[in-house]
Amino acid sequence: MSTMVATNKKGFGATLWDYLTTVDHKKIAILYLVAGGFFFIIGGLEALAIRWQLVKPMNDFVSAGFYNELITMHGTTMIFLAAMPLIFAFMNAVVPLQIGARDVAFPFLNSLGFWLFLFGGIMLNVGWFTGGAADAGWTAYAPLSTTSLGEGVDYYVLGLQISGAGTLIGGINFLVTIVNMRAPGMTYMRMPLFTWTAFVASALILFAFPALTVGLFLMMFDRLFGAGFFDPAMGGNSVIWQHLFWIFGHPEVYILALPAFGIFSEIISTFSKKRLFGYTAMVFATVLIGFLGFMVWAHHMFTVGMGPAANSIFAVATMAIAVPTGIKIFNWLFTLWGGNIQINTPMLWALGFIPTFTLGGMTGVMVAAASADFQYHDTYFVVAHFHYVIVGGVVFALLAGTHYWWPKMFGTVLDDKLGKVTFWLFFVGFHLTFFIQHFLGLMGMPRRYWVYLEGQGLDLGNLISTIGAFLMGIGTIVLLINIIKTSVKNEKVSGDPWDARTLEWAIPSPPPFYNFKQLPLVRGLDPLWVEKTEGRKGMTPAEPLTDIHMPNNSFLPFVMSLGLFIAGFGFIYQKYDLSWLIVLFIGMGITLGCMLIRSVKDDLGYHIHKEDLKKEAEE
Amino acid sequence: MSVELEFIQVFLNNIKLKRKRGLNMKDWMGKIRTLSLFSFLVIILSACGKDNLTALVPKGYGAEQSFNVIIISILVMIVVFVVVMAIYVYVILKYRQRKGQEDQIPKQTEGNKTLEVVWTVIPILLLIIIAVPTIASTYDLADESEKEDSINVNVTGLQFWWNFEYPNEEIQTSQELYIPVNERIYLNMMSSDVIHSFWVPSITGKMDVSPENENTMYIEAYEEGVYWGKCTEFCGDSHSLMDFKIVAVSQEEYDQWVDAMQSTDPEYTAESATAQEGQELFENSCISCHAIDASSNHPVVGPNLADFANRTKVAGINDFSKEEIVRWIVDPAEVKPGNGMLDAPYLEENTIGQAEAEKIADFLLELKATDEPVDSVQQFRENEANDN
Amino acid sequence: MSEQDVLNPEQMPHDPEKATLEGKNKFMGFWFFLGGETVLFASLFGTYLALKDSTNGGSTSEELFGLELVFIMTMLLLTSSLTSVYAMYHMKNHDFKKMQIWLGITVVLGLGFLGCEIYEFYHYIHGEHFTMRSSAFGSAFYTLVGFHGGHVVFGLLWITALMIRNAKRGLNLYNAPKFYVASLYWHFIDVVWVFIFTVVYLMGVL
Repeated sequence: MSTMVATNKKGFGATLWDYLTTVDHKKIAILYLVAGGFFFIIGGLEALAIRWQLVKPMNDFVSAGFYNELITMHGTTMIFLAAMPLIFAFMNAVVPLQIGARDVAFPFLNSLGFWLFLFGGIMLNVGWFTGGAADAGWTAYAPLSTTSLGEGVDYYVLGLQISGAGTLIGGINFLVTIVNMRAPGMTYMRMPLFTWTAFVASALILFAFPALTVGLFLMMFDRLFGAGFFDPAMGGNSVIWQHLFWIFGHPEVYILALPAFGIFSEIISTFSKKRLFGYTAMVFATVLIGFLGFMVWAHHMFTVGMGPAANSIFAVATMAIAVPTGIKIFNWLFTLWGGNIQINTPMLWALGFIPTFTLGGMTGVMVAAASADFQYHDTYFVVAHFHYVIVGGVVFALLAGTHYWWPKMFGTVLDDKLGKVTFWLFFVGFHLTFFIQHFLGLMGMPRRYWVYLEGQGLDLGNLISTIGAFLMGIGTIVLLINIIKTSVKNEKVSGDPWDARTLEWAIPSPPPFYNFKQLPLVRGLDPLWVEKTEGRKGMTPAEPLTDIHMPNNSFLPFVMSLGLFIAGFGFIYQKYDLSWLIVLFIGMGITLGCMLIRSVKDDLGYHIHKEDLKKEAEE
Repeated sequence: MSVELEFIQVFLNNIKLKRKRGLNMKDWMGKIRTLSLFSFLVIILSACGKDNLTALVPKGYGAEQSFNVIIISILVMIVVFVVVMAIYVYVILKYRQRKGQEDQIPKQTEGNKTLEVVWTVIPILLLIIIAVPTIASTYDLADESEKEDSINVNVTGLQFWWNFEYPNEEIQTSQELYIPVNERIYLNMMSSDVIHSFWVPSITGKMDVSPENENTMYIEAYEEGVYWGKCTEFCGDSHSLMDFKIVAVSQEEYDQWVDAMQSTDPEYTAESATAQEGQELFENSCISCHAIDASSNHPVVGPNLADFANRTKVAGINDFSKEEIVRWIVDPAEVKPGNGMLDAPYLEENTIGQAEAEKIADFLLELKATDEPVDSVQQFRENEANDN
Repeated sequence: MSEQDVLNPEQMPHDPEKATLEGKNKFMGFWFFLGGETVLFASLFGTYLALKDSTNGGSTSEELFGLELVFIMTMLLLTSSLTSVYAMYHMKNHDFKKMQIWLGITVVLGLGFLGCEIYEFYHYIHGEHFTMRSSAFGSAFYTLVGFHGGHVVFGLLWITALMIRNAKRGLNLYNAPKFYVASLYWHFIDVVWVFIFTVVYLMGVL
């Protein structure tokens, strides 16, 4: 634990520099957690403003233009800047440990991925301070987005482009990590389900994000360089944007949801004290969902006028996803069946998730029915549906994961009582907010409505919904209090506080920077559990104590991302004044220069000598 | 609760009557319908919304088709939910850790192949139950076989209003789509700016109105009345205020209305003195965008005002009164942020104040095709006045 | 494997690009990256196919495209792909000098291709007044072909940088994977061009 002590003694400047240059997946996980948490709060405040505007009919809390910015930024922030990085936080914190690796395959790119995401996220939000953020909806349908005045949508395009590049890099990194860096004995069919879902989600990122990249490029060319992809006057076609966006956008749902399923699989198994029921079926279902996720994008476009054949095909394909999802639900239930169910905060989230997500999945089948979707589409029914999936599935999982892996990441356990308070406030608030919205939609309330008229029977439902939203807000505040309280108390726990099953719990909390002194020998599914049932305390090493190779820290990822951030302003403002092209060239120059440095300067890393490891063990 | 009663009534009619068009009348429907009552109770308990707005009380063919699929899928889903919840509640009650059991290690079961097959096959069967009527009605709603022989309307969506042109009748109107009941009307829809979407929940599901591809759908209303239409594709600042109506009238009233629209006079001269002053102002400031006769030759720039005095609402959203008309003219930004009238020169030049606007309103209130609004519109105006 | 081993060309195994874990990771990661690039170009091709007839009254593909120049470009790029194969062949035989020579030829051929492409664009813009702003077809054409051209530029810079950086010290286990993935990238660019040749030029003329 000498490294921990050393870190604690560091001054603020040194710590800051450490985090700016780190390539350690555990520190990058913390960066993702903090940044994602920050954007989650921003997005949450936007949500509360939206709900406050809708608390009564014809309200004038915010103007129409500002409301449109709020809904756009709420959606964009929550998906790209909160949910994605928080998923990445857990993937970084846990996946290398679960497969028994000392780091990820590309530590440098891992860091680059984070900084690209962060600078992209900041770029997205710059619009607020320059006369208005993006206001064309998070889906940014052309031609509304291509004709939107000001620079809001430009910031959306550039911000998402930069952060999307980061995500793509992260996806490739995890694919290679999982394929190449598993410990001896960790076969594919012994990988914990969270690792499996991270693997499939990374594959989805790889094949989905480029479609968004292209869409954003086309939109950038239209808005900033006079191209006509989506301009009917030049022969363009705005439906292309919708296809590109949803070819990315639908897999994105599974990019978020699959790791969420993985988190719950870990938690349910751990706190039922049982191995996951139907592990093989769960893996199969995960892969199948990932595969089908690419076949269904046009179910977002039933009302576009694609014709009955396309509508029917996409309807049936979409319904098919319910099957593997159902398999998952039942396997979770049968993991609980016969278990010794310990209900603490992470488990409470998991138990809250099952009925909530079942509802979300059910409404998913309902909206998949094309001819019925003509009624649901773009109404609050759909708003309710995807919040049941994204909040009830993903956010619940992130909050569960926060409580579950907090000890592994920080060495302390979050307060269970406060955790339960957070759960109940958030859970009740969630259902109050969104259940009624199914009915609001069917009663004739379209989504993205700044106001609704008086006397249309929508008042009570909206009031209830707003009350629920504020309960969720209070729940989040309690979580923050919990985090502060736990950090101040700083009561360290052992490496395995939950009596858990997977490899990450076989090493101290938080783990040393090289993770495993000796790579573990994996002898089955739930490797730590296997050893525990045979009376051992930890893993059997698979190798003698040798020198450990470690990557060097680097400041280049930060500078490289900063370069693109600067170039972004050049891209945008050259539309008014070509002298801004200088800024563009400076920014791109910084980034390409960093790439050149990275390419020509050898970075061989360093070694921790086994003598030092031994010495540390003796201390 | 009249809405709920009506809801049940519509449903019972659904069971008893044979619809003219057959696809929803397959035999399996009858069997499912008895079951449906259950789900109806659930929905009724949570209220159905406003009578001529809600999708839960269908009053037109498309809405009814969608509604049937909605009900079938809800029923199937309730079955699934009940099963899941039953297992869920059971396991939590039964296997919850009790005091003193902390160290018990349960049996580590790997899985069960039979169970896996069961919960793979049964959902597939349930999905087929939903998929079959879905596909049938999806095709049915895209049917264009009767287009040639039906009334056609060219719908144009604009920020933030709707234009309805009847090409065969050579008339156009705005904001209110007049149709005869129990007739198929084909809508050919295009936008002249961004994407909009045409939705009248009680009558029909929605269809996008795009700037580059013409979309066609048909509608059919079962009862006379005024039905709320909403724009459902995010289209800018006043997206939430882009309301329109379908006015479903008897065949006779419809024919009269078409005749009257065809004979609206482009050279109309106002009668009352204030209206004449208003007309002068109108001709200076408004006529370049707004036509006062219903000829379909006018380009679609601003809403056609030929039948203005018979409208259900001012600007599609506000109660029909002179006061609201004046407010709309004087301060259009307040009523509908970002609407096209904000570019009108009179606002910049500040030539129309309260007094002038009242005169213009007097003139506009003389613009009508028929002397009185049709019955449904009168009824609608009364209801709206009572509701608010 | 220690630093000395990594950098020592004397102990070079047969597949130097995959001999270290870092090399294996790079190799696999790059294949995944090319998978993503495939989706990227597929999206661009889809967009182009949707818009290729949306000329908005301006120049059409039949009026613009001729096959002569494009044929030369195709030959240049295909040959450059072959020469990069030779380079990798010599890498596996640990013959650094020959590898450098073949990579040099690859770069020259690539530059030839690039020159033709610049000439072609210049001709369209100034001769035919056909630009990105002419029509949706123009936007789609310049974006698809331009993205490919951008890849060519990047590939040339990359290979050149590698050649210069390692000119003196020769081949080792640290830079072998770099050379290898750069040549993979070059092949990918070549494959994309074959599709562009078919979809844009052949289908555009026929």
